[in-house]
Amino acid sequence: MNVRRPLVAAVAILSLVFLYLPSLAVAVFSVNNARYGLLWKGFTWKWYQQLCQNEAILEAAVNSLLVAVISTAAATVLGTALALALDRFPWPRRLTQALDILVHLPVVTPDIIMAAALVLTFSLLRGFADIFDLGLTTLVLGHITFQISFVTLVVRSRLAALSRDIDEAARDLYATGPYLFRRVTLPLLAPGIMAGAMLAFTLSLDDFIISFFTHGPDSVTLPIYIYSSVRRGISPEIHALSTLVLLATVVLVILAERLSRFRAD
Amino acid sequence: MKMKPAPDEAPGPGLLIWYGNIHRRRDLWWRGSALMGPGLLWLLVFLALPTCGLVILSLAQRGDFGEIHWVWTLNNYQRLLGFGLFGWTPDHIFILGRSLVVGLVTTLICVLLAYPLTFYIATRPPKMRTALLLLLIVPFWTNVVVRTYAWMLLLSPQLPPAKIAAWLGAIPSGSPLFPGSLATYLGLVSTFLPFLALPLYSSVERLNWELLEAARDLYASRWQVFTQAILPQTRPGLTVGVIVTFIPAMAMFVVTDLLGGAKYMLIGNLIQNQFGQSRDWPFGAALCLALMALTMIGLRLYRRWGRS
Repeated sequence: MNVRRPLVAAVAILSLVFLYLPSLAVAVFSVNNARYGLLWKGFTWKWYQQLCQNEAILEAAVNSLLVAVISTAAATVLGTALALALDRFPWPRRLTQALDILVHLPVVTPDIIMAAALVLTFSLLRGFADIFDLGLTTLVLGHITFQISFVTLVVRSRLAALSRDIDEAARDLYATGPYLFRRVTLPLLAPGIMAGAMLAFTLSLDDFIISFFTHGPDSVTLPIYIYSSVRRGISPEIHALSTLVLLATVVLVILAERLSRFRAD
Repeated sequence: MKMKPAPDEAPGPGLLIWYGNIHRRRDLWWRGSALMGPGLLWLLVFLALPTCGLVILSLAQRGDFGEIHWVWTLNNYQRLLGFGLFGWTPDHIFILGRSLVVGLVTTLICVLLAYPLTFYIATRPPKMRTALLLLLIVPFWTNVVVRTYAWMLLLSPQLPPAKIAAWLGAIPSGSPLFPGSLATYLGLVSTFLPFLALPLYSSVERLNWELLEAARDLYASRWQVFTQAILPQTRPGLTVGVIVTFIPAMAMFVVTDLLGGAKYMLIGNLIQNQFGQSRDWPFGAALCLALMALTMIGLRLYRRWGRS
């Protein structure tokens, strides 16, 4: 191992550099005072100021958050109920297996297939109701569809770790029905539900492919906005926007880490 | 692993002991169904049925204006195999094969980088370990469009990488390093390295280092230490990592679209075209099913390699 250690360290550090170098370059050029080209022309905040005045970007940011909040709320409820139903009832084994496959489907199918299937569904359903016109509604519906699975999987793993004895002990102490659920099961399950919701929220904010297929002209999210402007070439506003997205990710990750450590203590 | 209680002896007809209480079987069934109903219905309406719908759609035919004619035909599959109006072309088969190769190569490079990376992180002192892990989690959650865009900037003509390549004569001076295969793989590997490294790390973290020492004491070569002591212990994490890398890498269209150019078209780009500009949904559906088949093939290959 002694001989290999420097090599392992070198590859590891180079890999990390390789992961961050492009983003660092973007951050540096986001404060460069040059409209075109990449020569250093001095420091400026003006691209960030322009961002705050760009209505299309602000709208995209609002859309991203709106879709993430609504779909996370719905998917957390649906997914938690599904997890409880799957874990806490004496279903025949065949049924459980079939449901397991269904729940795992979004995890193993490529996003683009799910996206195509959703587009097909919406176009068929549009014949019956206008709300299936591509727009914020379809975005939310699409996001909920892949979020449910992840919430269910996270909550179920927490449920599986909860011993059945706790329920039985509570029952021996005459806790029943809704009271048992509210005062015993739910508090114990809360960290799992929180983790599931956070995962769902991040997945929604981060999603590009399903949003790209199911969005309408007036429901652009941030990743879609960046993608369509990138196709027209690089610009300092997009440097600034990308840097902000990266910073938001850093903050979210650190927050999540703090939260999980707080919970573990 | 899972402590699912088996139903105890039935205390009477239609009754059952479940979580320490006597229930009527039918009551439990109703309650469970009510709880499961909404979520299940959702997954059926928006996921299971649409996926089956894709199979039917793939047998339909595109109309002249991009509408769908619901006729039964294998036309789309013939086109997939290259039989078109003007005889046989291997274009689509090339794209399918390329997707498989790109998926496999990306996964392989990520594995080669992820082992040193995770070993390095796992052997640091605790504080530094947490910091390094966070460094790995941030790109995991950073949007793929943002990260691809960053590569476009880094590889543009005025910056050192492209200048060095031009100086070496690899590209004409003043042109960017993309589109091309190097840019595509840079984009893909940097996108998926965290996807592979994080699950792998969860295995490396729990590694029994004494086994590695024992192997060396018994004069195992480095390769043998890896295959006999490290690989079997890290296989659970590696498997998860490979699956979450390979499947999306093969279906990728953002990175290949922005960094790959026309020559690096993958099946994801082709599908996106059918649902976008070309408006040929039936052919797009057939491509989706082909992608599904490729995914299965890839995973089968991995499983066979895993057994040997």
